[in-house]
Amino acid sequence: MSAAATEDGPALQARAVTRRFGDREALRGVSFAAARGETLAIIGPNGAGKTTLLSILGGVLAPTSGEVSRDPRDVGWVPQQPAVYGKLTVAENLRLFARLEKVADPDAVVARMLEQTGLADRAGDELGTLSGGNRQRVNIAAGLLADPDVLLLDEPSSSLDPRQRARLWEFVGALARAGTAVVFTTHNVAEAERFADRVLVLADGELLFTGTPAALHDAVGSQQADFEAAFVAFLRARGH
Amino acid sequence: MRFLLAKDLRILRRSPLLVSLLVIYPLLIAVLVGLALSKGPDKPRVAILNELPVTGGTITFGGTKVDPADYGRRLFASIVPVTVHSRAEAERRVRDGDVLAAIIVPADLVQRLQRTITLSGTGPKPTVEVLYNAEDPVKQQFVQSTIDARVADLNKAVSTKLTQVAAGYLNILLSGGKFSLLGSDFDILGLKRSKALVDSVLTRTPRGSPDREALQRVSAFAQLAISNLGLSDVVLGSLATPVKVDQQIVRGRRTPLDTYAVAVAVTLSLMLVCVLLASGMLALEREEHAFARLVRGLVSREALLAEKVVLAAGCAATTALLMTAGISAFVSLDWGRFPLWVAALGAGGLAFGALGVAIGALAREVRAASLLAILLALPIAFLALVPSGAVATGLYDAIRVISALFPFRPALDAADAALNDTGGLGTALAHLAALLVGWAIVARVALQRFS
Repeated sequence: MSAAATEDGPALQARAVTRRFGDREALRGVSFAAARGETLAIIGPNGAGKTTLLSILGGVLAPTSGEVSRDPRDVGWVPQQPAVYGKLTVAENLRLFARLEKVADPDAVVARMLEQTGLADRAGDELGTLSGGNRQRVNIAAGLLADPDVLLLDEPSSSLDPRQRARLWEFVGALARAGTAVVFTTHNVAEAERFADRVLVLADGELLFTGTPAALHDAVGSQQADFEAAFVAFLRARGH
Repeated sequence: MRFLLAKDLRILRRSPLLVSLLVIYPLLIAVLVGLALSKGPDKPRVAILNELPVTGGTITFGGTKVDPADYGRRLFASIVPVTVHSRAEAERRVRDGDVLAAIIVPADLVQRLQRTITLSGTGPKPTVEVLYNAEDPVKQQFVQSTIDARVADLNKAVSTKLTQVAAGYLNILLSGGKFSLLGSDFDILGLKRSKALVDSVLTRTPRGSPDREALQRVSAFAQLAISNLGLSDVVLGSLATPVKVDQQIVRGRRTPLDTYAVAVAVTLSLMLVCVLLASGMLALEREEHAFARLVRGLVSREALLAEKVVLAAGCAATTALLMTAGISAFVSLDWGRFPLWVAALGAGGLAFGALGVAIGALAREVRAASLLAILLALPIAFLALVPSGAVATGLYDAIRVISALFPFRPALDAADAALNDTGGLGTALAHLAALLVGWAIVARVALQRFS
C-alpha cells in the first residue's frame, strides 16, 4: 500500500511494514521516515531483512501489511546487481529505461546522466565490456533517469574498489545535497558511519535502532573503540 | 512492449552464435529431411549364394518363359549383394555381422519350380533359404520385408503365367485350335465346333430315331459346357488374385508420406526454436537482474510475457517458413496456400511461445530453462506421433490426453492442414488458441516467484 507524500512531510515514510514468506516473518512492523536531502543507511546482520525492506520501498515486493508513502514509480531503485543488459551499450540501456519511464525527452535525459556519471566517453560500449564499477554507475544512472526525489541503493559499493567507492559516495553526496533523499543498505558499517546522516539497525526483521551513528555509539557505552565494534556490541546486547 | 521487442531483437542480433543456430538449424533440418525423402533408406548388405547352373535357369510352360533371374535383379536393386561361394561362408558372414542376411538359392530351384508348375512331380516345393542377423531389429525387418516382397513378386508372376496358360488351354477346348505337346502339333476340334457338327447331324436324323435322343443329349451337354467355359477366364483370374483389397479412408484425408514428413519436420523445428527462445529470453531477464526493475511499474508482468511470446513466435515462424521454403526444393508444395502456412505457423508459434514462457518462469535460469524445454518438448513430440493401434487402447487414450495439453499435436495438425489441405485447420487453430491462454496463465502464476 502507498499513501501520497506531501510537500512539507518526509520524502519517504514507511508505516508498520510487515512481510511474510510463508511462515517466516522477514519484516515485523517496520516504521521510519527519510527527509529530503537526508542520507539513511540500513544496516544489520545477514538475513536481517535489509534487502526485503528496500525491495518493498522500491515496489519490487508488496508488503504483507503496512504502507509506504511513495508510489514506486516516483522512487529511484538501484539493486545490488546491475539490472541492465550486457548486450546493449551504455546509451542503449539508459535510453530503453528512459523510454519505459516515459520521461519527456529521453535523449536529453540520457545525455545528462552520461555526463553526471562520467560515462559519456563509454556511451557506445556494450555493458558486458565494462568494469564492475562502471556497470554499477550505469545501474545507478538507470535508477536516476526519472529524476526521483528518493533514491534507494542496495549494497551499492559491494563490488567496487576503493577508488570507485570514493567516486560513488561523492556522487551520492551530491545528489543528497541537491535534495534527494538517499536510502542505502550496506554491510560496511564504516561506510554507514561516514556517509549516512542516520542509521537504521535491523535484525531478524525488527527495527532495533533509528538515529545518528554517534547515537548508536553512545547507546552501547564509550568503551567501544570504533563504530563497527559498537554496532556488534549493540546487536549482542539485544540478543543477536 | 515495442521498446522491449526492439531491445530483445537487438540482443539477438548481437548474439551471433545463437542467431546462427536459429537460422542454420532449421535449414540443416530442411536439407536433411529433403535428402531423406528423396533418397530413401540405405541398402543393407546381403550375402547371395547362387547354386543355380549357369545356363538353363528359365522356367517354361505353355510356350511361355519366366526367368527367375529377373526377380533376383529386382531384389539386388534393394540391397547391396555380396557374392559368397558356400553355405559355410554365408553363415560365417551373417554371424560376424559382415552382412545382415544371406540368401541361399539351391541348384534345383528351377527344376522344382518347373515340376510344380507342370504338375509332373510330387517332390518338395522349390525353397529359397534366408539366414538373418537379428542384432539390428530395424534392418532385419527391412531385409525380411524386402525379400518377402520379391519372392511374392516371383510367386505372383508364376501364378499369373499359369493362369494365362490354363485359360489358353480351356479356350482351345472351347473354340478349338492348334496345340503342341512334346514336339507334335495337334488340331483340336473344340466344343463349339463339336456342337455344330452334332446339331448338323441332328437336323438330318429322322424324328423317332433312337439316335436322335442320344444326339440331343450330347448337344445339350455341349451347350452347357460352352456356356460355363465362357466364364473360365473370370474364374481363373479370381484364382490368381483371390482377394481384392478395397481401401477407404474413414477419418482424415490422404496425405503423402513425404509431405506429412514436411509437416512433422517444420512443426518440430517451430517447437524447438520457439520454446527455447521464449524460455531463454524470459529467464535472461532474471539473470540480467532486469526483471525486478521492469515490473516495478515500468512494464506489467502480463505485457512482459506477451512480448516474449510474440518475439519467440515471430522468430520461430519466420525460421519455420524459411525451412518450408528450403524443403520445397525437394518436395512439391502448394505455394498458393502460403497464407494458411503463415496462419498455422503463427498460431503454433504463439502456443509454443506460451509454453516456453511458462518453462522460463518455472525454471528461472537460462540453462535450466533450456534443459527443461528440451526434456519436456521432445517426449511430447514423440508421444504425439504415436499412431492409434500401435499401443493398448487405454495407453493411447492417456497419450491423446497428454498430447492435447501441449501444442505439438494441434500445431502438427494445423501445419498438415495448411500444407497438405487435409482439413481441420479451424479446429487446430482453436485448440492452439486455448493452449495459448492456458499456458500463459501457468506462466503468469509461475512469475509470482520469479524475481
